[in-house]
Amino acid sequence: MMTVPLQHALYLAIVLFALGVTGVLVRRNLLFILMSIEIMLNAAGLAFITAAARWGQADGQVMFLFVLSLAAAEVSVGLALIIRIRHRLTTLDADAANLMHG
Amino acid sequence: MNGRRSIFIPFSHEERAMSTTFYIAAAVAVLATLLTITRANGVHALLYLIVSLLAVALVFYTLGAGFAAALEVIIYAGAIMVLFVFVVMMLNLGEKAAGREATWIAPQIWIGPSILSAVLALQLLLTLAHQKAWPMAQHAVPPREVGIVLFGPYLLCIELASMLLLAALVAAYHIAHSERSITS
Amino acid sequence: MFFLVLVPLLPLLGSALLTLSEGRLAPRLVAFVGVGSVGLSALVATLIAIAFLTGPDQHLTITLWQWIRIGSFAPTVSLYLDPLSLVMMLIVTIIGSLILLYAVDFMAGDEGYSRFFAYMDLFVAAMLLLVLAGDLLALYVGWEGVGLCSYLLIGFWYQDPANGLAARKAFIVTRVGDTGFILGLLLLFTQLHTLQIQPLLAQAQTSWAVSSLPATLAAALVLTGAVGKSAQVPLQTWLPDAMAGPTPVSALIHAATMVTAGVYLIARTHTLFTLAPAVLAAVGVIGTITLLISAFAALNQTDIKRILAYSTVSQIGYMFLALGLGAWGAAIFHLMVHAFFKALLFLAAGAITMRLHHEHNIFRMGGLARRLPLAFWSFLIGSASLAALPLITAGFYSKDAILAAAWAPGGAARLLWLGGIVTAFVTALYIFRAVFVVFFGTAKTEPSGRYSWRVAVPLTLLSVLALGGGLVETPPVLGDITLFSRLLAPVFPTAPPPAPVMLILFTAVISLLGLGLAYTLYWRIGPRFAAWANAPPITAFRTFFAEGWAFDALYHQLVVAPFLALVSANHADIIDRFYTGIAWTCRWLHRRLGAQQTGQIRWYASWIAAGSVVTIAVAVLR
Repeated sequence: MMTVPLQHALYLAIVLFALGVTGVLVRRNLLFILMSIEIMLNAAGLAFITAAARWGQADGQVMFLFVLSLAAAEVSVGLALIIRIRHRLTTLDADAANLMHG
Repeated sequence: MNGRRSIFIPFSHEERAMSTTFYIAAAVAVLATLLTITRANGVHALLYLIVSLLAVALVFYTLGAGFAAALEVIIYAGAIMVLFVFVVMMLNLGEKAAGREATWIAPQIWIGPSILSAVLALQLLLTLAHQKAWPMAQHAVPPREVGIVLFGPYLLCIELASMLLLAALVAAYHIAHSERSITS
Repeated sequence: MFFLVLVPLLPLLGSALLTLSEGRLAPRLVAFVGVGSVGLSALVATLIAIAFLTGPDQHLTITLWQWIRIGSFAPTVSLYLDPLSLVMMLIVTIIGSLILLYAVDFMAGDEGYSRFFAYMDLFVAAMLLLVLAGDLLALYVGWEGVGLCSYLLIGFWYQDPANGLAARKAFIVTRVGDTGFILGLLLLFTQLHTLQIQPLLAQAQTSWAVSSLPATLAAALVLTGAVGKSAQVPLQTWLPDAMAGPTPVSALIHAATMVTAGVYLIARTHTLFTLAPAVLAAVGVIGTITLLISAFAALNQTDIKRILAYSTVSQIGYMFLALGLGAWGAAIFHLMVHAFFKALLFLAAGAITMRLHHEHNIFRMGGLARRLPLAFWSFLIGSASLAALPLITAGFYSKDAILAAAWAPGGAARLLWLGGIVTAFVTALYIFRAVFVVFFGTAKTEPSGRYSWRVAVPLTLLSVLALGGGLVETPPVLGDITLFSRLLAPVFPTAPPPAPVMLILFTAVISLLGLGLAYTLYWRIGPRFAAWANAPPITAFRTFFAEGWAFDALYHQLVVAPFLALVSANHADIIDRFYTGIAWTCRWLHRRLGAQQTGQIRWYASWIAAGSVVTIAVAVLR
């Protein structure tokens, strides 16, 4: 088995998560924002798996399975919404979708 | 597990190989993710993302979660990313879109968000930095164990997840339907 | 004896009814309620007086309810009936109902008819509370109530800004006095731990030595209140301007009742003043100065109501003089007689102006003796009483009592007596000046209309009282009737000293001299005297006197001008900036926060990320 201290796996998860956050905040194209969200979800799943590896239990992997199904559901609905926004606003600019301003 | 074990006792080839694999896969994942968020072309970014996911799957394997690794590849990289690719291609963004996209990610836009996420990462890293090294469990978790747990204590969650997927299916169908059919 | 409550309650109910009906009642009904409530109150007061005088009690306290109870501060609303408050109660209700009856005709056709009677009834109720109060705080409520009604009634015809100004001036000047009064009340309470009048006075006599600091201070503060309300120097400037109100208002409030509240207050708390001889001396001196100043001012007025206003100030100065000499009974006697003849004079003046289309300048009247006989005889009788013409008028006996009290102590009091005598001369002079100018000579304005019984009856009754009202208290040589002082003996045990005969003769001669001089100057050599009086060097003097010895100008320089300068310096309203600043800050915050709702996903995501950074930082650092 591996002798890497498990903190390092969590460090990886943190870095991936931070990159995902950066992607969400920087990108203006809705598709890229969705992609960055996927990156974050993936990082969260990695954290679960790391926890499972710590204790040698299967619960972490089960959690990862649920994260996966959640990501699938979210992506499908999200992409459907993106298609509709594209029809409506003829652009995928996130800043253009601001009709709910105050 | 006892915390008295020190970290870097070179045990065996196998252990060392796994450790090396872990670090390499981690590096690839980070690099690929970085490239994903900085590409202007949608398809390029998706491909880099797939690479990142595959690297993370490898990380899962080194952590002893082979089943999760398989799931990652099959479902995440194999289905969800493919869905993404379909939509990108359907929307037919084209070269003009790529040019505009490039203006949208000019370097000065990166400063603020980078600082924010760097602070976030730093905070989280700091919380972990003071802890003693966590040893890993000594055995990998085979799919059989996952299955037992899944259909045991987590049965209800399985059913809920399936309902969630059904709801997402109906919602996606309904939302993506063309406007004319909905209003008629 | 619980019917005593009805006396202030009936006018209060009348006022409430008229206020709530807001002018929807017919004028006859309004008059019925307005006059009837006070008339009924007068009837009840008379019955109570008869019962009280024939009964055994010397005083009566009715506690209505406990008003406040905070620790040892427990004022009650209580009514106290003794001979002094009995006399005041009868004066207020009887003269009040006569004046209100007269006002039915005077104010007829005015669009504020119902409002007028509502205010007048409220005034009568407040004044009755003031005179019947057994607790100083209840007295203060009545005190403030009459001040309020005075303000409302002076500015009754509010469409003219000058009336509003006069009303404000009255209120503000009396306010200065009221502040002193409330400070005095606070001092009395903190030192003596009660505000009920009789226990307070008893406590003061046992706790405080004569001329001790708390006694002097408390008496001085109570004096400021009396000075303000009774329009004495230095707070006398409001009363002449208060003539902007309708004549019945001037008759009731600014002649017979409200302005005498100060005299009543000092008489009521006289034991406190005997503990502070310095303050008592000040009362006498203030009274003398006031009576001199205002008599000379009255001599140079052209408006008939202003003559009477200055005359009121002067006569109250006499009452203050009597109080300062310790002759409490004489002061109250003069108060009563003054109420009779001053109300009579005002009503007669109002009767004249009613028929002359509200002309007030005496030099535009003339020759009215034949044309307005009722007004002529009423005014003449009132003037005679005011001038204290000997033997036949009530004023003679009351003024004599005061001058006798001034003569008796000797020494410095003789100086005050001298002031009183000089003023008696000037009083006769100015009032008969008015008589001769208004009623004799050629008519410059022709009267129109006629009087109804509602004007005639009050004038007649008051004339009778102005003539015969003094016969309750005569000097030993003239009948030695001591009804009045015996009535007030339970309240004022020390009897006034009897007047020497020479003094009485001297006073009589002085007033007749004044009458004679007025006859000469204004009738016999009228035009020549007028020409001399209107020559430039004399007019400078006359203007100085006419403007109340430049008190108004002085106050303007001392108080009003600096205040206005301060206000104009604060033109940008720095103090208000604080409050508008709060509002401005709120609106600014609203704009800033509203701008945060851009509707853009990335903006919101950035804030979520920032928020999570902060939250984790807090969790980590804890």
